[in-house]
Amino acid sequence: MGYTAKFKVWRGDDTGGGIEDFNVDVNEGEVVLDIIHRLQATQAPDLAVRWNCKAGKCGSCSAEVNGKPRLMCMTRMSTFTEDETITITPMRTFPVIRDLVTDVSYNYEKARMVPAFAPPADLAPGDYRMAQIDVERSQEFRKCIECFMCNNVCHAVRDHEENKTTFSGPRFLMRIAELDMHPLDTVDRREVAVEDHGVGYCNITKCCTEVCPEHIKITDNAIIPLKERIADKKYDPIFSIASLFKRNKQGRQAAPDTPHATK
Amino acid sequence: MSEIERHSFDVVVIGAGGAGLRAAIEARMQGKRVAIVCKSLFGKAHTVMAEGGIAAAMGNVNSHDNWQVHFRDTMRGGKFLNSWRMAELHAKEAPTRVWELETYGALFDRTPDGKISQRNFGGHEYPRLAHVGDRSGLELIRTLQQKIVSLQQEDYRETGDYEAKIQIFAEVTITRLLTTDGRAAGAFGYFRETGNFVSFEAPAVILATGGIGKTFKVTSGSWEYTGDGHALAMRAGATTLNMEFIQFHPTGMVWPPSVKGILVTESVRGDGGVLTNSEGTRFMFNYIPDVFKDKYATTPEEADRWYTDPDNNRRPPELLPRDEVARAINTEVKAGRGTPHGGVYLDVSSRLPADVIKKKLPSMWHQFKELADVDITKEAMEVGPTCHYVMGGVEVDPDSQETLLPGLFAAGEVSGGLHGSNRLGGNSLSDLLVFGRRAGLGAAEYVEALPTRPAVTDAMLTEAEAEALAPFSNVGDENPYTIHADLQNTMNDLVGIIRTESEMVDALARLQDFKVRVKNSGVKGGRAFNPGWHLALDLKNMLLVAEAVAKASLDRQESRGGHTRDDYPKMSDEWRKLNIVCRYDGEGAVIEHQPMQPMRPDLLELFDVEELKKYLTAEELPTHDAGSDH
Amino acid sequence: MADSAHNLSNAARGWESAMATTGIEAPGRAQIGAKTLRTDAWWIAPLLTFLALTAFVVYSAWRVFSGKYYFYEPYISVYYSPCLSTSCVPGSEFAGSPISWWKMSPALLVAWIPLAFRFTCYYYRKAYFRSFWLSPPACAVAEPHGKYTGERRLPLILNNLHRYAFYLGLVLNVILTWDAILAFRNHNGEWGHMGLGTVFLTVNAACLWLYSLSCHSCRNAVGGRITHFSKHPVRYQMWTLVSKLNSRHMMWAWISLCTVVVADFYVYLLASGRVSDLTFF
Repeated sequence: MGYTAKFKVWRGDDTGGGIEDFNVDVNEGEVVLDIIHRLQATQAPDLAVRWNCKAGKCGSCSAEVNGKPRLMCMTRMSTFTEDETITITPMRTFPVIRDLVTDVSYNYEKARMVPAFAPPADLAPGDYRMAQIDVERSQEFRKCIECFMCNNVCHAVRDHEENKTTFSGPRFLMRIAELDMHPLDTVDRREVAVEDHGVGYCNITKCCTEVCPEHIKITDNAIIPLKERIADKKYDPIFSIASLFKRNKQGRQAAPDTPHATK
Repeated sequence: MSEIERHSFDVVVIGAGGAGLRAAIEARMQGKRVAIVCKSLFGKAHTVMAEGGIAAAMGNVNSHDNWQVHFRDTMRGGKFLNSWRMAELHAKEAPTRVWELETYGALFDRTPDGKISQRNFGGHEYPRLAHVGDRSGLELIRTLQQKIVSLQQEDYRETGDYEAKIQIFAEVTITRLLTTDGRAAGAFGYFRETGNFVSFEAPAVILATGGIGKTFKVTSGSWEYTGDGHALAMRAGATTLNMEFIQFHPTGMVWPPSVKGILVTESVRGDGGVLTNSEGTRFMFNYIPDVFKDKYATTPEEADRWYTDPDNNRRPPELLPRDEVARAINTEVKAGRGTPHGGVYLDVSSRLPADVIKKKLPSMWHQFKELADVDITKEAMEVGPTCHYVMGGVEVDPDSQETLLPGLFAAGEVSGGLHGSNRLGGNSLSDLLVFGRRAGLGAAEYVEALPTRPAVTDAMLTEAEAEALAPFSNVGDENPYTIHADLQNTMNDLVGIIRTESEMVDALARLQDFKVRVKNSGVKGGRAFNPGWHLALDLKNMLLVAEAVAKASLDRQESRGGHTRDDYPKMSDEWRKLNIVCRYDGEGAVIEHQPMQPMRPDLLELFDVEELKKYLTAEELPTHDAGSDH
Repeated sequence: MADSAHNLSNAARGWESAMATTGIEAPGRAQIGAKTLRTDAWWIAPLLTFLALTAFVVYSAWRVFSGKYYFYEPYISVYYSPCLSTSCVPGSEFAGSPISWWKMSPALLVAWIPLAFRFTCYYYRKAYFRSFWLSPPACAVAEPHGKYTGERRLPLILNNLHRYAFYLGLVLNVILTWDAILAFRNHNGEWGHMGLGTVFLTVNAACLWLYSLSCHSCRNAVGGRITHFSKHPVRYQMWTLVSKLNSRHMMWAWISLCTVVVADFYVYLLASGRVSDLTFF
């Protein structure tokens, strides 16, 4: 069942590089990452690639396969024809380190800027009570395996390096939405989402959702609801006036939506 | 000596899985400056693969559950070879550790009254596993990662520097532990990206490096599982314990090759999946051991009734303990009744409607659809045993997790003792939390009590550097990938699920041969992100670990839990009293026997004497009257 | 939409200068060169969207500005309802058609509402940002602009007011529903009759409701903004329902766009005398 496939792999580092051609054996049932490993073992022992679980659960082997952001471990060779040339490049939004490995520290820096979960100060461990329907929305976002392909594909930073300082990308807007919908969180992050994370850069073109290997509805379920919640606070004059009358100290709407444990 | 980046910390944590992160959090909360060093990117550790959940006797679903029941289950699961003190601490502290995760922001699935939901799992008497669908490991690691971020934010508010107290060194491999005057003094390693060397000088080092799966051919472990912690500890003068106990999960994927070994969750069988061979026989009925005869169904009809009426029927034999099922599959395949890809069939498609399968086993449906192009609602899966977990590990003090080398601590899969000869599902995530925290605390207290910090000299670093660079100056041209493949085949075939003396003697001879081959295997290219070099260094660790496993397995003349001897098929009371301890003598692994400490009477009292008789020698049995099943 | 229209050929010209220092050619990134390495026909979707939306805009502009052939008893064109100007043809007036100072097409008094609703709609934003503004034309295809500020400034920051367009759209839906009910009369104003126009108006009103209720702002308003669903069971149910509709928002956006055109064009054909109404009973 095996055949020889034509591969083009980008090799190089931050000083330059180019696409190299390889002919490599492919066996039935293999994925792109297997082929990259075969190249390592047979033709290019120092080909740099990042990977870990090989089951689509850790989000390490993100790259671009024929120009599309993919997890290499989840891209089956059977999705290509035998005479197709398969081009593998590193993610193009992040600085390249070597070959297929990029420097994704942008993402870790943005993660550090999201104000952490803040439960009510008087709530003891073990006393947390949350209803399943209240945690489900945030649970969807916590499926994220941090492959960073959404941040890689988002044109706001992919095509505009200068926006990296002001825009955190879909991954961390989703993280903010996750905390905003957390039933026991007490902090209002809407201002931070606008000022520090640049939610306004998002123009809903949905590429983040298209590439998400976990099939999280990033745009529809996280970013748009976040934008709407921000509109409630910042852009909606009627709502703003109304909410003036029901505010607690933390600036979040008070009862009946008080973020506290039920008994 | 070329340029070496030198750092100084109070505590260095090697490994950023659940245990490493929990240890780092604790050490930081005790006011210590902590480095976290990991081989992968931060947040990618193997903990993400855990599906089932975290075992903790919170009693949210069944209020009869408590730490005593959990303790009993753990000891039974480990066939009484466990460190009873660790099992006690584990059962007592697990609930607090889980509740703590909620304060860090974890979102577990809920009960109707809003508490953390708990699920049933093999070997646990009551529903006990806190979980989030089938991605509990991801939730755990992300939560701990985010807690570390929140601590870094606190430090930033105080000092203006996120990394004032916790600094993360991702994609760094440690090649050697530094010791001074018989104490830990730090760790030496290289940046995978650049190949540049780095030293972490710290009086306390915590190993949290996980398992040894990559010494076997078929494994559910990732490339990181090269037994680094085990090897580092042994080389530094610490010991490992009971390395012969390795859990083979009965159902790993066998096809396609890229995913061979990846787990197929136990729930598939729990929800009705049956195992058949190439002749279509539901073969597990032929493999019910005598001790289980009265607990398992003998006909398919009775077995099928169990799913809807568990009170009046016996369990299907597909749900026998993991080791029994793994052995049965192994036997079927060896007898020529396997599938084309060398496994057996696991079928739910003929047992449940498609929509029920998709609802109950969503991630399995996706896993097979996306990785194997198999629709499990329409066709059978092919499965076979896969190396899953090593129960043995670095010998530690149960309370502080300190190893025999002062200042060196170990937690998680790399440490030994808690699970005895066999681990229960769900007990690994709770292990990480309970003993990760204890290791962090132990390290902090150790540093606190230490009058002077051990010095790290240039000579020590030069030596470590030379050792790490050795593969480049080897003249031979054997590819390290080939040696690795040979090692994996040897361990899989000769020290695998079923072991016999002659095969293990053969394996040990081959291991000696591999040692020579490794010394002659040269590495090409530069130091920057060079996987060939990385593997050459990892191979040394795997070889030492493999030797420890093989020697301990050859030594232990009984079958117990994750150690099955064809030539000694019975459990032995006398062997139960012995731990097999392994240390490094400068050449390789050497073993010695260590008597187990007798269990504390109050813990012994938790068991029925009749049950104890199965495991203990007559003189060990308590004098109290039987039946005190508290 | 029309003034923001860049067509695909403009892209090629913009590309060279724009990408020199930023984006995928920025220093430090892998120097690959190609604007995209995608091998599939990624340009088809934005091209079709471009053509379809352009056609709709041209057709709508023609109909809205013409001021003719928008009423044929009992059917009124969706572009002209409610007809508020005193110049409205007899029978099409709404609430007495009080606006006497308006001299242009009466459609212009109301057609801006659906325009605003669709322009600020979260689906159409994706559609026109991709196909007209090429920002980006498709995923992992470099966009031709040197600068990008998103929806943070005027005028695009006004997209945040989508909800007001939604509220106005709802009012319009009520009126269009009333129009559909009125369509159950015959040409002489007698109730209990039905023709092909009745079908078009009814289906159109229904599709507009589905499009409006599946809107993201609606989803936020009925329950999305609540953090504790468990304390608001009714709103949770409403949110669940709207969420289901919402997952098909794009589909309803296109279907309702088509039903608007069909319903209007049928009225045009009747009013201009080109066909006669097909009556069922």
